[in-house]
Amino acid sequence: MMDENYNFSFLDERTKKMIRRAMLKAVAIPGYQVPFGSREMPFAYGWGTGGVQVTASIIGRDDILKVIDQGADDTTNAVNIRRFFARTTGVATTEKTTAASIIQTRHRIPETALKEGQIMVYQVPMPEPLFRLEPHRRETITMHALAEYGLMNVKLYEDIAQLGAISKTYDYPVLVNERYLTSPSPIPKFDNPKMHMNPALQLFGAGREKRIYAIPPYTAVRSLDFEDHPFEVQRWDHACALCGAVDSFLDEMIVDDAGSRLFVCSDSDYCGERRDTGHAGTQQAVKMPDVLARAVAEGAR
Amino acid sequence: MYVAVKGGAAAIEASWRLLAAQRRGDTSVPPLSVVQIREQLPLAVDRVMSEGSLYDPELAALAIKQAGGDLVEAIFLLRAYRTTLPRFGYSLPMDTARMALTRRVSATFKDVPGGQVLGATYDYTQRLLDFALLAEGDGDDAPGPPADAAQALPDHMPRINELMAREGLMEIPQPGAQEPPGDLTRDPLMFPADRPLRLQALARGDEGWLLALGYSTQRGYANSHPFAGEIRRGKVSVEIQADELGFAIDIGEVELTECQMINQFAGNREHPPQFTQGYGLAFGGAERKSMAMALVDRSLRARELGELATSPAQDEEFVLSHADSLEASGFVQHLKLPHYVDFQSELELVRKLRAAHAQEKLAGQAEQGAGQAVTTIQKAA
Repeated sequence: MMDENYNFSFLDERTKKMIRRAMLKAVAIPGYQVPFGSREMPFAYGWGTGGVQVTASIIGRDDILKVIDQGADDTTNAVNIRRFFARTTGVATTEKTTAASIIQTRHRIPETALKEGQIMVYQVPMPEPLFRLEPHRRETITMHALAEYGLMNVKLYEDIAQLGAISKTYDYPVLVNERYLTSPSPIPKFDNPKMHMNPALQLFGAGREKRIYAIPPYTAVRSLDFEDHPFEVQRWDHACALCGAVDSFLDEMIVDDAGSRLFVCSDSDYCGERRDTGHAGTQQAVKMPDVLARAVAEGAR
Repeated sequence: MYVAVKGGAAAIEASWRLLAAQRRGDTSVPPLSVVQIREQLPLAVDRVMSEGSLYDPELAALAIKQAGGDLVEAIFLLRAYRTTLPRFGYSLPMDTARMALTRRVSATFKDVPGGQVLGATYDYTQRLLDFALLAEGDGDDAPGPPADAAQALPDHMPRINELMAREGLMEIPQPGAQEPPGDLTRDPLMFPADRPLRLQALARGDEGWLLALGYSTQRGYANSHPFAGEIRRGKVSVEIQADELGFAIDIGEVELTECQMINQFAGNREHPPQFTQGYGLAFGGAERKSMAMALVDRSLRARELGELATSPAQDEEFVLSHADSLEASGFVQHLKLPHYVDFQSELELVRKLRAAHAQEKLAGQAEQGAGQAVTTIQKAA
């Protein structure tokens, strides 16, 4: 049931029009951060106000909405946002990736490949990929204009020189359409390859920072790397304990105080679908090495 | 066997009920009414209106009640409501010289036209807990009648800065009245920002943030040699120019506290030395806020006045990007949201790096061992 006290999807039509204009510009210049008049929403800043404004501006009565947080539909913030749209639009919601026309997400891209016509809406805390290196937006705007990204390359190089690996594991910087350095939002780098040439439209909303950007369908998205240190994604030594998947991003749970960990798919819809079609994992937790006990034993020896 | 945690929706609903119980407290105590909050916690109401950018004492009091006294949460409620309101246009510039004063002090001149008016202030109360207020019962804490004014206040009390400007001692602010003012609730704040936009951001900025930054300028981080030229509090009429009427109409009044700081003079070969100013304005009784705001406004004018910007309070992007209590509160507290995926990514990398580290160490030891063996053989030979 739609709440009749508010306009459809909460925002007034003129605001939606303003946001859609920003999105059109964003689609025309892939990866470029378009400033927009972000509104104060009945959600706290940092809790998805940008994604909510993007979704509110594109959603129509025939849409089917899926909202995920950490890959799952049932995390409290995802539940809250889904209920907000159910209440202010009355549109159908779903947990199925394949059934959704709009997927609003925080921190993950679904494991199931997206299709043409689907729209991914990302909640973005920090749209500026250079913010840790140069906090002044006045400066970074110029760097983007000149495609001057040496700072980021040096940072990645220094990571390798000091640590032996690039320390970015999520929000891993990408170059969109070989032009704009862009934040993929804090998705794990595991998901970065899914952005490349994706048939779905990808929209990014940063409410607090007042920026919108986009990756149109079938756009090249390259994760920064070096010839001798090619980009790699995360790998686990374990399969999902529930569905046995070896190709999905796994969440880790501490199940006791004796070093047992349970690894399960972070994408709850993907995991459920697999189990429904007969896949099964070991149903077992994994024992992690107890380094402290070993150190004590070695010390005694 | 692990069962995925479900029931987010049920948990949220249960949390609402707990919150309501927390707000209500002991039900044997009579509930607090919105009118009581409006009338008896006026300074809390004023702060919520200022930072909530909405002059409505009743709704601000409601927000304070609903938020259980958490003023930043109350500001959030008021802002979220404000964003749904239509806007009719801009008022005419308010003339604070025509303020119906309840307080007016100048720290720069012993006497000024219109005189000094102490008004209601905590400044000279000695801050001893008044245990009489602990006593239950109605009416017993009603104050006596206010003292008679020593003299009737004139309708028009010129502002001290204007009196100084007449002599050329004070810069005359350039209002840029020809241009429609920007509106940072409609358009994103971009840098560099002009002074009207900066003042807007400061006016709805967090009092604690402005206080700390203003204080930092007094301790050598961008000294601007401030004097409290004038602080005034009172009600001012709001007028709008209605298109179809062609003249201004009074639509009501708002209570304001205004602070005009007189700061460090500047001058060069072309321009004789002149004092500069910083400006602070907030709804209701808000002296701490408006004084701090005036200090920060002045320090943010460093570039305009050709001063070297070396301190945080002079960096407009630093000051204004972090001034909004809702942006700050939301983003700090979003750390409560699940970050399982990002943390898992970090865990995976740290485990991998530790494994590589251990392997390197092992390889290093083996190499060292091999080296030692060679030395022994050489010795034996």
